[in-house]
Amino acid sequence: MDFSPDASFQTDRATLARQLRLVLPAHCLLVDEEDLRPYECDGLTAYRELPLAVCLPENEGQVVDVLRTCHQMGVPVVARGAGTGLSGGAMPHAQGVVLSLARFNKIIRLDPLARLAVVQPGVRNLAVSEAAAPHGLYYAPDPSSQIACTLGGNVAENSGGVHCLKYGLTVHNVLRVRVVSIEGEIFEIGSEAPDAPGYDLLALLIGSEGMLGVVTEVTVKLVPRPELAQVVMASFDDVGKAGAAVASIIAAGIIPAGLEMMDKPATAAVEPYVKAGYDLNAEAILLCESDGTPEEVAEEIARVTEVLKAAGASDLRVSQSEAERLRFWAGRKAAFPAVGRITPDYYCMDGTIPRKRLAEMLAAIADMEKKHGLRCANVFHAGDGNLHPLIMYDAAQPGEWARAEAFGAEILELSVALGGSITGEHGVGIEKINQMCVQYKTPELNAFRRIKAAFDEGGLLNPGKAVPSLHRCAEYGRMHVHHGDLKFPELERF
Amino acid sequence: MKLDDLVAAIRAAHGSHTPLRIRGGGSKDFYGGMLAGEVLDVAGYRGIVAYEPTELYLTARCGTPLAEIEATLAECGQRLAFEPPGFFGATLGGCVAAGLSGPGRQQAGAVRDFVLGVKLVDGTGQVLDFGGQVMKNVAGYDVSRLLAGSLGTLGVLAEVTLKVLPKPVAERTLVFGLDAAEAVARLNQWGGRPLPISASFWHDGQLWLRLSGAGAAVEAACSELGGRPASVDADNFWHAVREQRHPAYAGGVLWRLAVPTATPVLPLAGLRAIEWGGALRWYGEEAETARAAAAAAGGHATLYRAPESLRCRVDAFAPLSPALLALHRRLKKSFDPLGILNPGRLYAEF
Repeated sequence: MDFSPDASFQTDRATLARQLRLVLPAHCLLVDEEDLRPYECDGLTAYRELPLAVCLPENEGQVVDVLRTCHQMGVPVVARGAGTGLSGGAMPHAQGVVLSLARFNKIIRLDPLARLAVVQPGVRNLAVSEAAAPHGLYYAPDPSSQIACTLGGNVAENSGGVHCLKYGLTVHNVLRVRVVSIEGEIFEIGSEAPDAPGYDLLALLIGSEGMLGVVTEVTVKLVPRPELAQVVMASFDDVGKAGAAVASIIAAGIIPAGLEMMDKPATAAVEPYVKAGYDLNAEAILLCESDGTPEEVAEEIARVTEVLKAAGASDLRVSQSEAERLRFWAGRKAAFPAVGRITPDYYCMDGTIPRKRLAEMLAAIADMEKKHGLRCANVFHAGDGNLHPLIMYDAAQPGEWARAEAFGAEILELSVALGGSITGEHGVGIEKINQMCVQYKTPELNAFRRIKAAFDEGGLLNPGKAVPSLHRCAEYGRMHVHHGDLKFPELERF
Repeated sequence: MKLDDLVAAIRAAHGSHTPLRIRGGGSKDFYGGMLAGEVLDVAGYRGIVAYEPTELYLTARCGTPLAEIEATLAECGQRLAFEPPGFFGATLGGCVAAGLSGPGRQQAGAVRDFVLGVKLVDGTGQVLDFGGQVMKNVAGYDVSRLLAGSLGTLGVLAEVTLKVLPKPVAERTLVFGLDAAEAVARLNQWGGRPLPISASFWHDGQLWLRLSGAGAAVEAACSELGGRPASVDADNFWHAVREQRHPAYAGGVLWRLAVPTATPVLPLAGLRAIEWGGALRWYGEEAETARAAAAAAGGHATLYRAPESLRCRVDAFAPLSPALLALHRRLKKSFDPLGILNPGRLYAEF
């Protein structure tokens, strides 16, 4: 994809370094190219850019000073957590500064009675649950990168995980954030009490991809750890049947703690690597988790088993121990690295679709594999309709990345056409910026731009990400017409 | 009524700088700032547009009565888990615009947690579609949830898509004789344990606790928690709480205090009821210093219901910091540049 350098910002490197040295101690500022190199991309390594400087503030006062400095100089600022994001949201700006919150790594307060934790944005997702564990509590959203990803990044992306159908996304589990605006003003958004007065700015900030402010503190909700969890693993000889089984579980009034699907290429990639015991003859497998009290789990597992049988599962296994449950999950959780072992590179997509359109989507992806000459394995948060196709390619082969990109774009645009969204949990970032022009019409995009301006009039926070410019959409639209007519003309548009 | 009629009415008002007072069922006229402007009646824009039980969503037009939505969901064994008050003739648009949740909020979440998408007509008469019908969607800012509780000041919520959930298989209600301090302590201790508690209500020395979930889990929790089974019809009881027809909510003046859940009993007269595991506390007219007491505890107080003589002197909602107020004004302006929609309903300043 073309993301030609943004000509609207011109920064003098030496002046910027001089100004930043006035507000940051030497060990908090990186300006040499070899020091900047590790920051050139996030988890989406295909897009890279070197910033002019990396700031590593150690306290909120320094964050305020850095932002004020950049605001005065008109310099772009890209906030960064652990850099595990998959949409290039933390890719630096060539004329700007990366503001790393890595040193904001303290859990400030954990209140077991009120069931909340106040943490700095650089605290890792899993560290919150580990700190809460002695109290029988945990932080529910569990993105697969939870061992490394940070709360600040989770807030920026509204991260999900495998348990969000029952326990919600980041937006459902954060009570309050403390945010610094580009002008260096501090806002308290949300509160430990419910229903904070005024507009629900917390909802607006969560998932805003670093476009509206820089988070310096997060208060999260902690929930009691269920006494027991068990998983049913079901095999299907047809992906359509597996999709229908998902609908049947929900129609039976069951909201499982987790409901995941993997197709045959995905299980084939995973099994030799993890030895999870997956049925390699199945066209698709479903993992359905139940949690709660032992009585509750026993009742739900019995009902789920019945529904899956009726839905035509060819094989059913229930985890008989915690070790076995973790082994069933290990394969799903290792799907990305497992695919990484069988291909030099892979490109992970993140569309959501109504669950009932799954078979259609998978059939279309199979056609796209032929069209683009690339293989694809599919893992799916089936419970909430969030599909992660993993497109396999080799960056060393000329033209393969461009084909992978085109393949991905086609999946995302089909997601929209099927009534879904281009991103369920990874964010738009730089990666899906063109597809925003497909998902939204001009009036909505203009509304997003006005919201952005209400927080950051000069457009200095993470420019070029999340919300495309009018110009970009015009270019992308022209390209589409150039390549042919409207895509998927056979589909209804709604 | 058609969407075009709504659009035309707002465009005309925009053209003539006429303030509009958006009205659905009119069941919450008492709530928020003073009413001002020409009535824009949206009750006629009604009807369920889509309902897919296995996709867990329902889309309906703003004027659809909540009662109609609940009845449709019940046919498929589903419900609105945040249990919004239906009052007399409340509509979907008003429910989301007011952002009021009922007893289910303690466990299931608030109105905003269930909003998946909104079709908005902004203050210039422009139709905007935000969010959608899928559970997860992080493309663009989450405007749909921003609109929950905005009291119509950013636009008319012409159509709303909500996440719906199955009704719990089993439900039991227990009653405990406890004073307010003991009730708050107990609720927070229980809250940290994996118990299927779905609602709580304390009033006048009695704590009512609702357990919902799988049959066996509810039974096990009942024997573990003790207390005594409710002697009245529990469904009727929780319905009265949800609709605020319980005597605890009676009287001319009612303060609604939202506080951190473990906050001890406040040094404030007139405590009527405690809900949401301790996070929501209702006070009568004796609570003159409610706003200061709530703020001191890290929460906020809403003048929920009061006679006009009091409402015209005291703001309905806790004041915002100057920085936040300025941000609110900029956001308001971005959706309603002339400030014609429900002026003063949220804050007197806009």
